[in-house]
Amino acid sequence: MEILVCVKRVPDTSENEIEVDSDGKDIERDDLVYSVNEWDNYAVEEAIQIKDKVGGSVTVVTVGDQESEEVLRREMAMGADNGILLEDDAFEGSDGKGVATILKAAVEKGKYDLILTGAQADDGAAQIGGMLAALLDLPYASLVNSIDVSDEKKLKVGREIEGGNQEMNEIEMPCVLSIQTGINEPRYVGIRGIRKVASVEIPTYGASDLGLGSDAVGEGAAKVKRLDYFVPELGEGAEMLEGSTEEKVAKLIELLKAKGGIK
Amino acid sequence: MAQFFAYIVHKKGVADDSALELISAAKKIDSSASVTAIVTGSGADLDKVANEVAASYPEVWKIDNEALAYPNAEVVRKALLNNLPADCILLAPHDTLGMDLFPGLSIKLDSAFVSDVVDIEGVEGAAIKLIRQEFSGQVSTHVSCDMTNGSIITLRPGVFQADESKSAGGSVVDKDAGDVSAKRKYLEVVAAEVGDVDITKSDILVSVGRGIEDQDNLEIIHELAEAMGADVACSRPIVDAKWLEKSRQVGTSGLTVKPKVYLALGISGSFQHMGGVKGNPFIVAVNKNPKAPIFQVADVGIEEDILEFVPELTEAINEAK
Repeated sequence: MEILVCVKRVPDTSENEIEVDSDGKDIERDDLVYSVNEWDNYAVEEAIQIKDKVGGSVTVVTVGDQESEEVLRREMAMGADNGILLEDDAFEGSDGKGVATILKAAVEKGKYDLILTGAQADDGAAQIGGMLAALLDLPYASLVNSIDVSDEKKLKVGREIEGGNQEMNEIEMPCVLSIQTGINEPRYVGIRGIRKVASVEIPTYGASDLGLGSDAVGEGAAKVKRLDYFVPELGEGAEMLEGSTEEKVAKLIELLKAKGGIK
Repeated sequence: MAQFFAYIVHKKGVADDSALELISAAKKIDSSASVTAIVTGSGADLDKVANEVAASYPEVWKIDNEALAYPNAEVVRKALLNNLPADCILLAPHDTLGMDLFPGLSIKLDSAFVSDVVDIEGVEGAAIKLIRQEFSGQVSTHVSCDMTNGSIITLRPGVFQADESKSAGGSVVDKDAGDVSAKRKYLEVVAAEVGDVDITKSDILVSVGRGIEDQDNLEIIHELAEAMGADVACSRPIVDAKWLEKSRQVGTSGLTVKPKVYLALGISGSFQHMGGVKGNPFIVAVNKNPKAPIFQVADVGIEEDILEFVPELTEAINEAK
């Protein structure tokens, strides 16, 4: 099975406090720790596991800058066979549809049976997979938390829905799936693994290679634009307990007792 | 202004809470908006829902087709595409069906798409100004959405006030689904496994998140729960890592709990997690990140590393006994 996985390099929110920069145009990007979007990492692991079962290849693709190459190499160290970087100044300011349009052009340069994305990334929009599927006119399922590849023409996929329930579907290939976290246990990637793929060539395609004009991608084509970043005026929020750890422990026990929190 | 539509999610003949929230959201875009509800489904359950929402919407478009009996997004999308005017403004909830359905529909309609909107500031020229959150709720953004060719906006459930006026006295109009053939077939819903402890019945929950860092550290959480007489719950990353079973997960993709006291330890407090905490419990949050969103919803907050704080708390509770 030929599998393409769309990945994104994002600030790692478990490692960083995200703050707004002084003019509110961006987040404070100095000293941020970046990594592969968590959902995408599960998608790559799933693709590799499918390849190990039924054969084929796994290609990882990203829309980003030169630094996004490190994310492609990390996923190749996991076991993806190929990486593709889609990079061009003309891509900047693209909205969801713009990014999906860039990816669509890259998909059409190859021949894939299965295209995976993460269910969402740092902006929480959860939109690229569904848009890409619609642009390619392929069937789509989101929030996928199980894939059964026992049939050559169609997959049996589980979707995570409300209340911890799972919705089972049969979907014809080729198709696009967005992957939910927890579908597998992504393998660990060591420095040594990344070194092994350090010199593998990663082709880079720009707008003209993909036949994309400014009417289709970039800021000019975007109907949806982020105007700023801000931290909202918040309500009072929690009453923060102050003092030494010992004092906080004592105050908390008092409060818990009063609220019936200690039996 | 373009025509407004609201997509009504429903289950077992009852409309979802979002059905009434979409009305208030539409009024924030245009205070005089007349919103048409769209319900898709089949049979008696659909009739019931259509009649229910007609109390709140002046017009209800009912699309009845056996293929729509379960909301398979690939099928529903076609039914909507066959009926909606291209330049309309469609509002819908940002839930697991919404994520499945609307990004693709926006492409097919060539409409602008904005998801998981938490507030609407109004209209500026041809654009709607909306508010979203990014980075797990750590920062917000203003987004402008050009509605010239229509737009689809999905709204975070529970943040817009429900319009309870129910004075629309609306009419139900039958619409034809059209061709709804799809390459994806719905099979069944597999219910979540029931665990050894039913956290939905617990009065006191000690809930642990990513801040625990390592599976071995869970011991301190179990010890605290034992000292307090509480049950152990958790947030999503703990289940993803397979450190605790799914039946311990609180959130929209896990269980909805209604405790009296909820102790959130090392949990950032995403809306998906807090969406599973109901009944207005006394919430205590312990987190080393002072900007964690959990501190906005908690009653009491403590800025500490749970790995150091929790053992001290357990020891003090046990000593006091």
